[in-house]
Amino acid sequence: MSTKKNTELEEFEPNIIGFLCNWCSYAGADLAGTSRIQYPPNVKIIKVMCSGRVNPMYIINAFQQGADGVLVSGCHPGDCHYTSGNYLARRRIATMKKLLEFLGIEPDRVRMTWVSAAEGRKYADVVRELTDDIKKLGPMTKFRREKEW
Amino acid sequence: MKIGVYVCECGTNIASTVDVEDLVEQAKEFPNVEVSRVYKYVCSDPGQVLIKQDIEEKQLDRIVVAACSPRMHEPTFRAVLEDMGLNPYVLEIVNIREQVSWVHNDKAKGTVKAASLLKGAVLRASLMHPLERKKVGVTPNALVIGGGIAGIQASLDLADMGFDTTLVEKTATIGGKMSQLDKTFPTLDCSQCILSPKMVDVNRHPNIDLLALSEVVEVDGYVGNFKVKIKKNPTYVLADKCTLCDDCVPVCPVIEHDEYNQGLSPRRAIYIPYPQAVPASYLIDPNSCLGIDPLICSKCKDVCGPEAIDFDMKPEIIEKEVGAIIVATGYEPYPIENIGEYGYGTIPDVISGMDFERIVSASGPTDGTIRRPSDGKVPKTVVFVHCAGSRDPSKHLPYCSKVCCMYATKHALQYKHLVHDGTAINFFIDVRTAGKDYEEFYQRAAEEDQVIYIRGKVSEVFQDGDRILVKGADTLTGETVELHADLVVLATGLMPSAGTKEIASLLNLSVGMNGFIREAHPKLKPVDTAIAGVFVAGTATGPKDIPETVSNASGAASRAAGILSQDELEIEGTVAQVDEDLCRGCGLCAEACPYSAIEIKAINKYGHALRVAFVNEAMCKGCGSCAAACLNGAINQLGYTDSQILALIGALGEE
Repeated sequence: MSTKKNTELEEFEPNIIGFLCNWCSYAGADLAGTSRIQYPPNVKIIKVMCSGRVNPMYIINAFQQGADGVLVSGCHPGDCHYTSGNYLARRRIATMKKLLEFLGIEPDRVRMTWVSAAEGRKYADVVRELTDDIKKLGPMTKFRREKEW
Repeated sequence: MKIGVYVCECGTNIASTVDVEDLVEQAKEFPNVEVSRVYKYVCSDPGQVLIKQDIEEKQLDRIVVAACSPRMHEPTFRAVLEDMGLNPYVLEIVNIREQVSWVHNDKAKGTVKAASLLKGAVLRASLMHPLERKKVGVTPNALVIGGGIAGIQASLDLADMGFDTTLVEKTATIGGKMSQLDKTFPTLDCSQCILSPKMVDVNRHPNIDLLALSEVVEVDGYVGNFKVKIKKNPTYVLADKCTLCDDCVPVCPVIEHDEYNQGLSPRRAIYIPYPQAVPASYLIDPNSCLGIDPLICSKCKDVCGPEAIDFDMKPEIIEKEVGAIIVATGYEPYPIENIGEYGYGTIPDVISGMDFERIVSASGPTDGTIRRPSDGKVPKTVVFVHCAGSRDPSKHLPYCSKVCCMYATKHALQYKHLVHDGTAINFFIDVRTAGKDYEEFYQRAAEEDQVIYIRGKVSEVFQDGDRILVKGADTLTGETVELHADLVVLATGLMPSAGTKEIASLLNLSVGMNGFIREAHPKLKPVDTAIAGVFVAGTATGPKDIPETVSNASGAASRAAGILSQDELEIEGTVAQVDEDLCRGCGLCAEACPYSAIEIKAINKYGHALRVAFVNEAMCKGCGSCAAACLNGAINQLGYTDSQILALIGALGEE
């Protein structure tokens, strides 16, 4: 019993930008590849050396430039290649989500996860779940930057 | 600016699920793209020549390669650029294999994603600048952590090559687990006899500084220039005065379990781990000795002729500078306490494989006669349980430890050689004999020595009078098996040692699902780690037998020597950089830096004294945490600048 609204929801393909740290999560995403684990193509990856490199400004910028969701993924707590960058990221993202909520934007559009270099399957799961969740939230239309400005 | 774009087909690996021709055509429309080509294998020699020719003929100054993960071929293509006189950092690799073609079957969608990533890379490439690789000197000394057979072999190899090597061992003697083994499969060589000459060599070698009863507590620095702090715990016995006369032992009133004999025999509070221990010295166990704070008893000190005993010895911190580190922290047998279904703890005659090693050993608690722990009788029927606590993802170790089939076979064979009228029964799931002469060894046990092999798992073990009732299934006949045994030996698997976990976290080494240290590449870099200058040998990366451990250790030693033999090393150019005009000296970056590589300095500028951040490039590891913390955008990470990342975001955000 599919309604029109449901069909529309299914047609929406969210555009998600993922910031993955070089040492754990990017390697985890590579492992998903070498293991040929299939997952939706909605997350496009930007490699950073450490999740601590992710300036909260990037998240706002991603929404302005057309992203419907943002993924930040680093090494598990305690495993950061740079000792503590993932803790910095965790705090920054948590604060950012509060700010987004204050601005009337669903904080669930931003997700922070820990994916190790051994967790190819987990990375695929993260992408699948995040894609589904953003699909439910629908397109992000607030503070989209006009290209002509 | 002229950008060359090269899209790789990787045979059909990329081309089958990404429309590479379409990518190449789209790329021609991207800004600054001078040439855009597709090639079957861009990493191959002809592929590299293609890039080189274009760089020369078309005067390209930025290169974008859309191919496999940069973790794979970034060094290859950087070398191509360097060959042509370009800076290695004006290269951008787009990962369209691991992160596109291999994970998305839908060719249309995959191509759209790849095109978006490629556009981002081209825009980013326009913003790239040549970066300088700083050179740093190399301290030609090595640190080896762990004194088992892996650490011993690695130390000896490095020392023989002429490098000063510090070997740090946590316990009082080197030798590790191998020193506890009685014989080694498949040759039945006496383990201690082949090991102890190497241990003596370590002690005698002029290039090896052996620190036993010591722990690495702090590691700082980077490849070629590590600073290490080692805590040397007191033995309370002056090794250079101790003559190993043994006079102190009989007078000691304290009785403890002897760790070397798996707790099956007693030792005193003053003891030597075993006769062949290196360094050869007695030591005092401070946990049970009555002489160390408060001084209640000093019997050993009173009888010690050479006055070797010093109750006031204190731990000391030793600092070392080394260029490379080898982690050889080894394994621990899976604790059989965890395998409750096999009755350990309630049935005294259920023992572990390592217990059996000591019981069968001529230097063990029973002087080499096989006796069971409960009543000291010679067992007439012994059941050896393979895969005890292994290959059981729901409850125990999920993996196969590789050596247990062989050592259980060895145990059965040794038992048959010592108790001629005895019966040895091995319960197995599969007998895995992958190793030189291993299959022959197993055949010999089964055929010549009449060791009985039953395919099936033991389900339960009960005490039945003074015997043990073993219930299991024979999965070949489909029948249940019930039999009485006098002794049950559990062939437990290998798990990462506590030391492996500690050192992994101390050095920030990544560990896999099972807690073993991850190699830089499981096939091609088996002894490298993700951290430059840190190598790993032996069972710290996973279960190995002795020959594999030894060759692994030699491999790690030679990889370390590759660094130690250089005069200077290049370090990555992707370090943090401060714009002094924008910096307000607030220190947020210095706070965010995990390496204390940033300090706030006062400088004189425009006639004012200004406080600005200063980056020590040799200490900076290029994580970029500082750049994300700066409120003014005054500190940037070279190679990952804000403008580059924003350009990427812009391209990926486009629908």
